[in-house]
Amino acid sequence: MNKPLNILFLFLSLLFLQIFVFNNISFLGFVNPYIYIIFVFLYPLKENRIPFLLYAFLLGLIIDFFSDSGGIHAFSILCIAYLRLFFVRLFFRKVVTDYPFFKLKSESFGKTFNYVVALTLIHHLIYFSLANFSFNNFSNVFLNTIYSSTFTLLLYFSGTYIFTNSK
Amino acid sequence: MQQLIYFFQKFKYFLFFLLLAFIALALTFNNLEFHKSKFVNSANFFTGGLYSKANNISEYLGLKSENKLLAEENTRLKNIIENNESIISDIDSTVVDSIKYHQKYTFTAAKIINNNYAKKFNFLTINKGENQGIEREMAVVNSMGIIGITDNTTESYARVQSILNRNSKINARLRNTNYFGTLGWDGLNYNSVQLSDIPRQAPLKIGDTIETGGKSTIFPEGILIGTISKINKGNTAENMVYVKLFNDMSNLGYVYVVKNLDKDEIKLLENPNE
Repeated sequence: MNKPLNILFLFLSLLFLQIFVFNNISFLGFVNPYIYIIFVFLYPLKENRIPFLLYAFLLGLIIDFFSDSGGIHAFSILCIAYLRLFFVRLFFRKVVTDYPFFKLKSESFGKTFNYVVALTLIHHLIYFSLANFSFNNFSNVFLNTIYSSTFTLLLYFSGTYIFTNSK
Repeated sequence: MQQLIYFFQKFKYFLFFLLLAFIALALTFNNLEFHKSKFVNSANFFTGGLYSKANNISEYLGLKSENKLLAEENTRLKNIIENNESIISDIDSTVVDSIKYHQKYTFTAAKIINNNYAKKFNFLTINKGENQGIEREMAVVNSMGIIGITDNTTESYARVQSILNRNSKINARLRNTNYFGTLGWDGLNYNSVQLSDIPRQAPLKIGDTIETGGKSTIFPEGILIGTISKINKGNTAENMVYVKLFNDMSNLGYVYVVKNLDKDEIKLLENPNE
């Protein structure tokens, strides 16, 4: 997962999956998974974070272009991209020298679960607060966050389960 | 100077984050205001092109119901023609000719290539643009009723602000009367919109039809909207009426864009200073 080509492939496939498949699901009328944030989980940890922030921002921005949402996706994915390092330190207790060897797959399931759930919840909460754009209906924001997060997380964990077992 | 460079070195990630976050938020705020979002919308060359490709594929799934709708509309229009056989020779539906019956609106058929209805601020994209004469602030309707107003155009695509958008305000009235109010959406249910500020003395009943009022330069008079599903008879000032839409906004195919030929004249009369 360290080669630039792999990252480009991940970027494009997440982009198209999100736009053409997962934006159209609307389960029960309003529940959509936002799986493009997997980019933040899988992008390798590096000392220099500028390119990573930029790529995450671009991914969000292109999805915004397609879903007519201004810069909501860009802002929310940028926030978790910036906060990622904090959670890596919190849950995995890594220091700068560990970064090149860090792999999400080789970590224990409990730690990975906490890490992924925390980032997903933060992303969805920011996204739905901005999409709602008023202080009314705040219960609605929380409900949407919980439903959509569950959906996203289910997809992410079932996806990783399937792809790791087939190898 | 040394201090300053040290400061930038130390906080470069945070500063870069702030810069990008500022761009994203600026785009978000611009997008929520009608007529302001120039860059981020689904009507530009790249996104519009991809959406029309994707739509070409998914369109096949809805051909049957689309045909049924068209057949129903054809029947209705044929009935109208039969009824008006005597005056039909005076009306020309496409050509603007001032010698003949005075024509006020022209209709352009378009296809919806991207539809949103589950968000609070919904937009649609259609496959006609400036090259086909689509401009900003034109009404978008289909055979079942109103859909929205165009808010952004490029050469061959246009973005439509759906009635399911918290910013939309449309003049509407009770059918066969002149009691009118403002139609908006509270962002909750995509089947129902809200009519506010309708006078208290208006004889409202559940099941009555609401249609466009013709008091704006965008929508023609008498286009269907929906039926009254709930009347809020409290002592509130706004006198809210819930309207169930005739259109299923989650299942839209072909639409008509309505151009008002008198719009410039009316605008000039109302705001002579502009």
